[in-house]
Amino acid sequence: MKTTVCFFLNGEKQVVKVEPSRTLLDVIRKDLGLTGTKKGCGDGDCGGCTVLIDGMPYNSCLVLIPKVEGKEVTTIEGLAENGQMHPIQQAFVNHGAIQCGFCTPGMIMSAKYILNANPKPTEKEIRQGISGNLCRCTGYQKIVEAIGSLAGKEV
Amino acid sequence: MGILLDAVEKGTLFNVVGKRVPRVDAAEKATGQAVYVDDISFPHMLYGKVLRSPLAHARIKKVDVSRALRLPGVKVAISAQDLPDTRHGPFIYDTPVLARGKVLYVGDPVAAVAAVDEDTALEALALIDVEYEELVPVFDTDFAMSPEAPLLHENQEAYIKTFKAIQKGNICSRTTFIEGDVEEALKRSDYVFEDSFTTQMVQQTPIETNGTVAAYDISGRLTLWTSTQAPHLMQIRISDGLLIPINKIRVIGLRTGGGFGGKVEPKTQIIAAALAQRAGKPVKLVLTRKEEFTATSPRHSSKITVKSGVSREGKILARTIKAVYDTGAYADDGPGIAGFGGMMSLGPYKIPSYRIDSYCVYTNKMGCGAFRGFGNPQAAFATESHMDMVAERIGIDPVEFRLKNVLRNGDLSVGGIPMPSVGVKECLEKTAKAAGWGKSLGKNRGMGVACLQHISGVLSSSAIVRINGDGTATVFTGAIDIGQGSDTTLTQIAAEELGLPMEAVGIVAADTASTPYNWAVTASRITRTNGNAVRLAAADAKRQILELAARFLDVTPEELQIMEGQITVKGSPERTLKMHDIGGISHWATRGPIIGNASVMVEGHKYDPEKVKGFPFGTMAGFVFGSHIVEVEVDESTGRVQVVDAVAAHDVGKAVNPTGVEGQIQGGLVQGLGYALFEEIVYDEKGKVINDTMLDYKIPTALDAPHITPLIVEETDPGGPFGAKGVGEPTLVGTAPAIANAVKRATGIRIKDLPLSMEKLWREMKKL
Ligand code: FES
Ligand code: FES
Repeated sequence: MKTTVCFFLNGEKQVVKVEPSRTLLDVIRKDLGLTGTKKGCGDGDCGGCTVLIDGMPYNSCLVLIPKVEGKEVTTIEGLAENGQMHPIQQAFVNHGAIQCGFCTPGMIMSAKYILNANPKPTEKEIRQGISGNLCRCTGYQKIVEAIGSLAGKEV
Repeated sequence: MGILLDAVEKGTLFNVVGKRVPRVDAAEKATGQAVYVDDISFPHMLYGKVLRSPLAHARIKKVDVSRALRLPGVKVAISAQDLPDTRHGPFIYDTPVLARGKVLYVGDPVAAVAAVDEDTALEALALIDVEYEELVPVFDTDFAMSPEAPLLHENQEAYIKTFKAIQKGNICSRTTFIEGDVEEALKRSDYVFEDSFTTQMVQQTPIETNGTVAAYDISGRLTLWTSTQAPHLMQIRISDGLLIPINKIRVIGLRTGGGFGGKVEPKTQIIAAALAQRAGKPVKLVLTRKEEFTATSPRHSSKITVKSGVSREGKILARTIKAVYDTGAYADDGPGIAGFGGMMSLGPYKIPSYRIDSYCVYTNKMGCGAFRGFGNPQAAFATESHMDMVAERIGIDPVEFRLKNVLRNGDLSVGGIPMPSVGVKECLEKTAKAAGWGKSLGKNRGMGVACLQHISGVLSSSAIVRINGDGTATVFTGAIDIGQGSDTTLTQIAAEELGLPMEAVGIVAADTASTPYNWAVTASRITRTNGNAVRLAAADAKRQILELAARFLDVTPEELQIMEGQITVKGSPERTLKMHDIGGISHWATRGPIIGNASVMVEGHKYDPEKVKGFPFGTMAGFVFGSHIVEVEVDESTGRVQVVDAVAAHDVGKAVNPTGVEGQIQGGLVQGLGYALFEEIVYDEKGKVINDTMLDYKIPTALDAPHITPLIVEETDPGGPFGAKGVGEPTLVGTAPAIANAVKRATGIRIKDLPLSMEKLWREMKKL
């Protein structure tokens, strides 16, 4: 039995009629066509599917769609404005923090949460904050540096 | 080389090469715009799923897909019976598209379906009837090599092979390298030491799993959008597997979410193509993470025995190696991996006499293949651990012992290939200095070192450079950017050669319909091998530009130069023509559009057949070197090892994009850390992988990764573009032995079997 769920996706109101067993990840990728959020495992282990729900980071592959009723969901597509990259995106580009890029959307969403919750994170805090986001390419250091470069800045 | 480096240091030589430019694909990846295979869909697209063997070794008595076909929503269901009777592979054609006659591991593809959605496809798999007759499974290489073991590939003599394979029973390939009289040299040595090591099976674990969308049209043309390291190689495998001519196969490499070797050989491509052929609609087949862990091509486990003869002064005089690589059910790259691992097993040292025997052996596990290092991580773990053990026994510092034996410019590799640029000494000295080798460390801490060598030039590539109507340029390359940064590096190389700013050069990569042949993104070969093709193609275009410009400026082409998009007469800067004009003239007025092209092949050296036997590769080039030093802290109560600091120096020749090189060093080292400490594919007694999730198969997180100081050593290679060599794989090769050596120095315990798990170390510490 399909259910109707109403939520805000990157500031825009969405009304979807879907099976309640569908995940948020699946709905934003397949039904709403925002494929920037990545599926690395579907088991809640890799963090590739990280999105913000009311500002908090979640693995969207574990969130069933009825859970986001009335909530504000932010995905990687919601960060750039007027054709300008968000400062976190720009920092990732400038610091060489991106290789294959598959972990990047989830990593950037986690970075946004880290910096919003704690504008001046230490290296340790950054590493802890992204420890649920697996990256197989970079060894994390340039990601940590990119996030660290934004300490104290408006993000 | 010295002059070249001086010029580089003064910044007089290069405009684009050597600069820390941002990657050309970074912004699209940062914003979620980059398109990976699972992001693609078509109207009416079907979803593919694969039925896999539940048994490790069995004869297939019957496969019946008819019940599956009757399920509403199922459009195609196939088994080997529905496909041409073919086998394919890189060295030995032993792999069927779907299991034929026998299944050889738990996970072997037996049948496949395409249905309107994934749930229906999964339901259909359960309706396929397969009858098996179980056979005795072979899980261990010792058993596999014994005369009692059942043969996995009963028909292996009949398989097509791309080289003179030395085979016997389940040994699918044996490679031997011999130099000098090793027995005599061992007798002459003051000391002889022998040590044995084992390494485990590990999975590449790219964050994006393998996947393909395939479509087949009414004219018999097949198109694939796929996550791959090798679009052109994929064309060949599909052609061999399904008997479709290459000109009817188009492979489009999308953004690939990491490969590390696991996306070189086909995983989903041929099956998706076979489904699409019958479906008349596009079919998407993306592996689940569980399939990625249980049915792809991980790194070979190995057993390696190293024996060295050493003089009292600490010179290595002789070495013997016996290495056994467990290739699992199918050879895949195994013959190359075992052979290359053998070739690398002297380490970056000058050893006058040696005998290396390396075996590649079939067992009933998933077929192992390329994974960053291609046999070298196994060999380096064994030989670099052994180096420290020898140094300790003869009472020499491990860094000093290595320095006494390192290779120099002009020395010969195993197999006799001359190596013109050898930067290992500088790497070792730099890491030792940066790490503070010899300084006193805290309790339970230790520092460990390892050196390494690798290659970066092998086989063929080609490139096209087109000068557009506005004077900008576009590079066409078959090399795909899987995250390593080749789109950026190759753009830099073309821009440098053409005298254009980076922004004026675009790149089109990895579409077999438009980009010229490249063997594969593998063997750390793209910067050097494709880089050469791109540079030569750009030089060809430049020659044509200057010839055309010379006609208008009334000079000879030799009197002209291109700088920042301006063509000027040397010495008279006022006589110029813009690249824009050349683009316009050639497209609209005279001569016709300018296209530069080039093909390259790494060749020349011939192995002495008395000294090199059963080696599946031709010559190699672009030898690269490195040194890792790590500091570890061991928790006495749990055996947990934390790598607290790491310094890694790599001789990459001219570093085309230093930021990219650093990223490779850091990423490779952290993968090596996972290999050293906790990664391991574990099988149960029935041959089933028991840790098939990312929770149970742990890869390093940001908390496991240390701060890493990357050091770039530029021992430029006269055979590389602007002196460049490569860097991808070697960055992982030294890490595991450096960590094992550090743990030894911290605890006194020598672990000779990877991984150096908490439990293993804790048990050993209990014994003390
Ligand atoms: S896809 Fe959600 S955590 Fe991996
Ligand atoms: S950049 Fe490839 S997984 Fe992080």
